[in-house]
Amino acid sequence: MAASPTVSADLIAGLEAAVGREACLSRPDELFVYECDALTLHTGPPVAVVLPQDTAQVQRVVRTCRAHGAPFVPRGAGTGLSGGATAPDGAVVIECSRMNRILEVNAEDRYAVVEPGVVNARLSEAVESLGLFYAPDPSSQQACTIGGNIAENSGGPHTLKYGTTTNHVLAVSLVLPDGELLELGSPCGWSPGHDLVGAVVGSEGTLGVVTRAIVRLTPIPEQVETVLGIFPDVVKACRAVGSIIRSGLVPSALEILDQRTIHAVEDSVYAAGLPRDAGAVLIAELDGAASALVPQAEQVQRLAESAGALRVERARDAEERQRFWKARKGAFGAMGRLAPDLYVHDAVVPRSKLPEVLAEVCAIGDRHGLTLSNVFHAGDGNLHPNISFDRRDEDERARVLLAGQEILELCVRMGGVITGEHGVGTEKRDFIGLVFGESDLEAMKHLRAAFDPDRVCNPGKIFPTTRFCVESNPHARGYDRVPLG
Amino acid sequence: MSVELDQQVGNSLYEKSLDCVHCGLCLTSCPTYLETGRETSSPRGRIYLMRGVAEGRLSVSETLSEEAFLCLGCRACETACPSGVRYGEMLEETRALVVGAGARRGPSAVLERWGLRLVASPRALHAAVALLGGLQRLGLDRLGLQLLPASLRARLGGLVPVVPPAAERKPLPEWFPAEGVRRGRVALLSGCVMSELFGSVHRATLRVLARNGFEVLVPRTQGCCGALHAHSGDDARAAELARVNLQAFAEVDTIVVNSAGCGAAMRDAGHWLPGEGEAFAAKVRDIAEFLDDVGIIQPKGRLEATVCYDDPCHLLHGQGVGPAVRRLLEAIPGLELLAHREADRCCGAAGIYNLTQPEMSAAVLARKLDALAETDPDIVATGNPGCLMQIAAGLTARGLRARAVHPIELLDEAYGRADEAPGTQPAIP
Ligand SMILES: Cc1cc2nc3c(=O)[nH]c(=O)nc-3n(C[C@H](O)[C@H](O)[C@H](O)COP(=O)(O)OP(=O)(O)OC[C@H]3O[C@@H](n4cnc5c(N)ncnc54)[C@H](O)[C@@H]3O)c2cc1C
Ligand code: SF4
Ligand code: SF4
Repeated sequence: MAASPTVSADLIAGLEAAVGREACLSRPDELFVYECDALTLHTGPPVAVVLPQDTAQVQRVVRTCRAHGAPFVPRGAGTGLSGGATAPDGAVVIECSRMNRILEVNAEDRYAVVEPGVVNARLSEAVESLGLFYAPDPSSQQACTIGGNIAENSGGPHTLKYGTTTNHVLAVSLVLPDGELLELGSPCGWSPGHDLVGAVVGSEGTLGVVTRAIVRLTPIPEQVETVLGIFPDVVKACRAVGSIIRSGLVPSALEILDQRTIHAVEDSVYAAGLPRDAGAVLIAELDGAASALVPQAEQVQRLAESAGALRVERARDAEERQRFWKARKGAFGAMGRLAPDLYVHDAVVPRSKLPEVLAEVCAIGDRHGLTLSNVFHAGDGNLHPNISFDRRDEDERARVLLAGQEILELCVRMGGVITGEHGVGTEKRDFIGLVFGESDLEAMKHLRAAFDPDRVCNPGKIFPTTRFCVESNPHARGYDRVPLG
Repeated sequence: MSVELDQQVGNSLYEKSLDCVHCGLCLTSCPTYLETGRETSSPRGRIYLMRGVAEGRLSVSETLSEEAFLCLGCRACETACPSGVRYGEMLEETRALVVGAGARRGPSAVLERWGLRLVASPRALHAAVALLGGLQRLGLDRLGLQLLPASLRARLGGLVPVVPPAAERKPLPEWFPAEGVRRGRVALLSGCVMSELFGSVHRATLRVLARNGFEVLVPRTQGCCGALHAHSGDDARAAELARVNLQAFAEVDTIVVNSAGCGAAMRDAGHWLPGEGEAFAAKVRDIAEFLDDVGIIQPKGRLEATVCYDDPCHLLHGQGVGPAVRRLLEAIPGLELLAHREADRCCGAAGIYNLTQPEMSAAVLARKLDALAETDPDIVATGNPGCLMQIAAGLTARGLRARAVHPIELLDEAYGRADEAPGTQPAIP
């Protein structure tokens, strides 16, 4: 760890000149609230926060940071769950919330040009009247930003059919760590040569600051059917998922909520009338041409029943469907009712392994005496074991971290990976060695170095900390030790 | 700044702050976050500051003091929060903490103290309003404004309400009989500002209740509900005022309130007066909620008008009443209810916020007016005196044609028209 640097008054003055005084926060009590994102386990306040209005201001901010040797961290809404927007010692946070304009909507070519601070759900609302929507729908979509979604390659319940963010980003404008602006991709979705847009998506803010993006818009499906399978336990619900996928159906979403989660949401403002007696609920959604949907929904119903569903219901109308989704999407937050803190885990396993993994995940929770609940994108094999805890209890905190590690190791053992959509950030940087060897990490570091040779853009994320590097990869020694001003 | 933290408040605040899991789902419900984009000015950020103070990691700092009062207290964040955070309570405790620590200063604080003393004293308020009305009739009010210090003048400028004629400001009858088949007896909160500036709304409320078979008591001994005091961190005064009303309404089971802010505060009486306050709170019903519950006699008179109903925060987020009002309005023949964008968002009035935080208030109001301008209704209906004044002033300043009225006035109008003559009538002028 680098020694805490003294904040230079020149840096602050420079930042104020770049964005205006009102848009630069530097009082310690203001910075305090920026000490973490939605992962409260990892904290560290920045030395300043700036709120730029446009690309030119971002460029000025980046150049000012460079001139004073300060690293910087882009931030959207701070709903990230892996510590991605947390600032390491001496860093300046570039909060993109004011860059929230939708610059252009092209219905014919089906794209929108947006600034990074546009809130995900606002984009879909804005194009609804044109019969279009923005498909990636993270559960946090009421708050999270397109910039954050791009950085984390975010998914959502409907990723199963529509893909993750990377399938919907056509072009980005990126302010590089030297202050220059790079334009990648094109609105038509094709660009010759290396797919650098693809490299930026999922880079967790380590390649530069996205200041504009062209994203794909998707036609709103003609009709939607939502089937609710009520199961005695999670494992049976997972089996139903397997048989639905095997049948060749392509549902737009297959989500599972376990009993603890159901109770938490039913106690909250997002109560949707989910059955409290169910051991698990499977939300299966189908969309497309109206004529095809009824037989598909009937098929899902049969498959769910033969996998052991107690009963199967259908959303009666759009309103009820909305309620189910609000409940699903409010689930993490609702878990706040169970204990002061929540550790939202994220890992992926092959779908066929879901029943087995789920049973083992629950066993890990029990073994450590923890309150663990599951709400997850079952169709993608993307697990979210959520552990409720109280950070004031040191012992419990330690058990939470240990259980988390065991869950990750389990998933990797089963042929999975350590994150499906929340990113590596600071949370999992020391576990990245579970899925990547030295040469893999080297390749990634070279890619990063092509954009950010001095490692000043969101340092300390993705790559293992020094200690871990030394153990696993001698060439990477001190890679992420950031030069501080 | 080092300030001794009141241990009891600190503990209570700390316990409540633990309900927040930092998910951020409340961010975009918050008008001040939408305006500023700052985490510090968001519900999650404010709760983090409160927790920091309660944990002893922060002192009652500059940022907390500012944010506690930049917050509109609209409680939209509570409606958005899946974790059940009781933000409204936390805010009041924090404000009390800040005030207690002497960290609240500046012209806003002075204005607030002034205003609060005025509303708590019916006689002083009546005299002040009469004076203002007199000046307005003589055309001298603008002149009077010039005599104020510049900082206050800027704040009061467009907001001074037009004082209604004396006939509307005279006290309500203590008892108003039911019409037709008697269905029950309720009491009406007359309140402070409502009686002085919105006597017509009170009279409409009495008529509508009577028309629906309810006799109405308006106890003379009642006073101000204490909402503004509680919101400004003066818990002691709020408790005192609540006690007065507790006695004034002792003999009724239902207290009907037509001011959303008062209703929400009265429902919180348990915070200031544990035990007896809760029983008192349980009697409180918003007028729309009450009428929707008991079922109204279908109005026969037509009202050909397009109406946007704008939810007062203290009705929707504070009392969970929204659809009930829309149902009442939809019952009026001829009336077309139009949905406008962000009807559930604050208009920036927030008690006397428009005086204490004029800039933010204006920004929040501008957004509201943008939404209303898009839909362009004949009438904007909203059930809270502060919102009515704020929106009315905004509509005029923006040059929009709509008038602002209380929903109960529309219902009253519809009943009234049926009495005159059947058939279509022009919209209320
Ligand atoms: C309740 C809840 C539910 C969630 N559900 C889902 C889900 O279903 N699917 C899912 O994938 N995630 C989910 N998440 C995680 C989170 O919402 C996503 O990772 C989201 O994309 C983060 O967006 P943000 O705007 O909050 O970004 P932040 O948290 O502010 O930042 C996230 C990362 O993006 C980088 N970044 C932000 N803006 C830029 C920019 N302009 N340029 C470059 N880098 C930038 C930051 O540096 C950081 O590394 C959920 C989180 C919560 C709290
Ligand atoms: S929605 Fe509730 S739990 Fe989530 S950050 Fe806001 S207040 Fe906290
Ligand atoms: S009460 Fe209103 S202004 Fe205050 S934090 Fe909540 S949403 Fe924001």
